[in-house]
Amino acid sequence: MSARSHSKRSWGQRLVILIPYLWLAAFFLVPFLIVFKISLSQFATAQPPYLPQFDLDEGLAGLKEFFSELSSANYARLVSDWLYLSSYGRSLAIAFVSTAMLLALGLPIAYAMARAPRRWQGVLFLLIVLPFWTSFLIRVYAWMTILQRDGLLNQALLAIGIVDAPPVWISTDAAIFIGIVYTYLPFMVLPIYATLERMDETLLEAAADLGCPRWKAFWLVTVPLALPGAIAGSILCFIPIVGEFVIPDLLGGSGTMMIGQTLWLEFFNNRDWPAASAVAVVLLALLIVPLILFQHVQARRLEQGG
Amino acid sequence: MNGQHQSDNPVTTRSGDPAASPLVRFDAVSKRFAGVTAVDGVSLDIYPGEFFALLGPSGCGKTTLLRTLAGFETPDSGRVLLNGEDLTRVPPHRRPVNMMFQSYALFPHLTVAGNVAFGLKQDGLPQEEIAARIAEMLALLRLEGLEARKPHQLSGGQRQRVALARALVKHPRVLLLDEPLAALDKKLRGETQFELMRLKERLGLTFVIVTHDQEEAMTVASRIGVMNHGRLVQVATPSEIYEQPNSRWVADFIGDVNLIDGRVAEKTTVVTTVATTPAGTIRAAASDAKPGDSVAVALRPEKIRIGREVPPASLNAVEGEVAAIGYLGDFSIYKVRLADGFVMEAAAANVARVIERPVSIGDRVWLSWATDAGVVLTQ
Ligand SMILES: Nc1ncnc2c1ncn2[C@@H]1O[C@H](COP(=O)(O)OP(=O)(O)OP(=O)(O)O)[C@@H](O)[C@H]1O
Ligand SMILES: [Mg+2]
Repeated sequence: MSARSHSKRSWGQRLVILIPYLWLAAFFLVPFLIVFKISLSQFATAQPPYLPQFDLDEGLAGLKEFFSELSSANYARLVSDWLYLSSYGRSLAIAFVSTAMLLALGLPIAYAMARAPRRWQGVLFLLIVLPFWTSFLIRVYAWMTILQRDGLLNQALLAIGIVDAPPVWISTDAAIFIGIVYTYLPFMVLPIYATLERMDETLLEAAADLGCPRWKAFWLVTVPLALPGAIAGSILCFIPIVGEFVIPDLLGGSGTMMIGQTLWLEFFNNRDWPAASAVAVVLLALLIVPLILFQHVQARRLEQGG
Repeated sequence: MNGQHQSDNPVTTRSGDPAASPLVRFDAVSKRFAGVTAVDGVSLDIYPGEFFALLGPSGCGKTTLLRTLAGFETPDSGRVLLNGEDLTRVPPHRRPVNMMFQSYALFPHLTVAGNVAFGLKQDGLPQEEIAARIAEMLALLRLEGLEARKPHQLSGGQRQRVALARALVKHPRVLLLDEPLAALDKKLRGETQFELMRLKERLGLTFVIVTHDQEEAMTVASRIGVMNHGRLVQVATPSEIYEQPNSRWVADFIGDVNLIDGRVAEKTTVVTTVATTPAGTIRAAASDAKPGDSVAVALRPEKIRIGREVPPASLNAVEGEVAAIGYLGDFSIYKVRLADGFVMEAAAANVARVIERPVSIGDRVWLSWATDAGVVLTQ
């Protein structure tokens, strides 16, 4: 009786552990393998638009033939074609710069929130997440009108007299950065706020007591303690920014594309699924590094909390 | 039973030289928080080399007073002086005092060595001197071998010693301790109290400790300031506070006491006679109460003898019936009900291991005490 209930429980436990793995397998690993397989195929005017097709009827011989027809030609193209390399480079550069901007903006905001009187913190928190109540697309369209030649931004700039002639915003990199920083700011602020909010105020008093002025205590105590949050926020922002499509497409110009735009172009305009798949696989490989970093930080944080 | 180990307490550390100028002076300091007066016109001098304890019930303003000295609270009125210099406008990081926080406030991202070095680095000391002073301080507090640990890898007692080391390593003019031992168990607390006294003597510093544990204050302090509702109600040596409380409140707050109400009938230079008390007419120590004043006689339980025989007439004596006995190991407490229902407490040391004819509940006994045992309190 007891043995049965024991084995039952351990089955239940195994299932609990299994669920996230099943989830990952079904919605990440399997699609990834499909994409990977397509990336090794060649473009063809067919339905679906690539070759070889896997045919079960021909048995083992068919399987052999299928594997022999796979090739890494698409990957070779990615490396040799300047279009792809510059797309990757541009995406990483934009992600890097905008993450730095987000950090520079998010850290003081999170710090101010955590230092605000308790009764205000709820309201401030709400203000940070409030934009999520509106659809992301609508907010980006709103930025399009704000950044127009005669949009709100230029009206304001002209009104205060900072500029004499309206500068061009829309279709520039500046517009991309504005859109990205605006969109991702909550993802930077919230993790940092979460770490700072738990910080013991008396640590700052202790620092002052030991002869450390306030501004220096910020660097010696607050920033190191906010670091796990800052790293989490940076990774939460960096990864999706690299693959960002909507913002550069709507706010950016027609020059060099970000990798998300390149991928879209290959997939929908050129209907070159294999090339698009190869782009996606390489993008994933590039992002695995920060992802593993994130995992590492998370694990260390859990360890310290426990 | 706090009066016991007081005989060796060095009253002289108050200031060997009574003309010595105070190291710390609180000059009519007041601090209000939204509706609460946390500190109410406190004036107090603390002399070099003292181990001064601020003692009082929870919420009486001890921490707030200490924080005005550290610089974390600005007094609404009054001044705080260190060596005659007005500190009121000096920010905390430029005050030559250091504080050991009740929560220890160790930096979680720094190692033990990093925590202790923090203050020295702020002073811009050379690397070798920092290393030497850390090593010295860690040895003094028996923390060797723990240099590379983070605070979360230490036991409570170790953390507390790191916090102490971090504050002491700066050689502060005054070390402030806010309930430094509250989180420790009783045995460790006792050991640490003696450790603190040893450190103070060894380093020749001035300590100000905040505590609501009167036993702790009695043990470590050379002088105690008793606080209530933001005011200092008595400042004296531990034995004076215990033997000569200046008010009913202090007598009641420090240790156990019988407070017996009555009216002064007669007084001489050596004896005050208080009549119409529940224990009859009592002769107590000389006081400045005038005949006719309503007073209370404060009488410590251990000053009362309990016995079956009628005591000699030279002593105060009253008869009663034992209502309850509390056995405390070293002591027993006897609650004795007098004729009119008033209950007096007497304490007797359990000297013999087996008492031949123990007093038991319901026995009729005589309580007696010397004429100078009772203290007459007018307020
Ligand atoms: N920052 C603050 N804001 C508002 N009220 C405060 C603040 N700090 C202290 N008080 C109030 O001032 C009074 C004295 O507080 P304080 O902390 O000095 O007491 P304490 O004697 O140290 O008590 P405890 O033994 O409980 O630590 C209390 O009534 C407290 O509620
Ligand atoms: Mg306190």
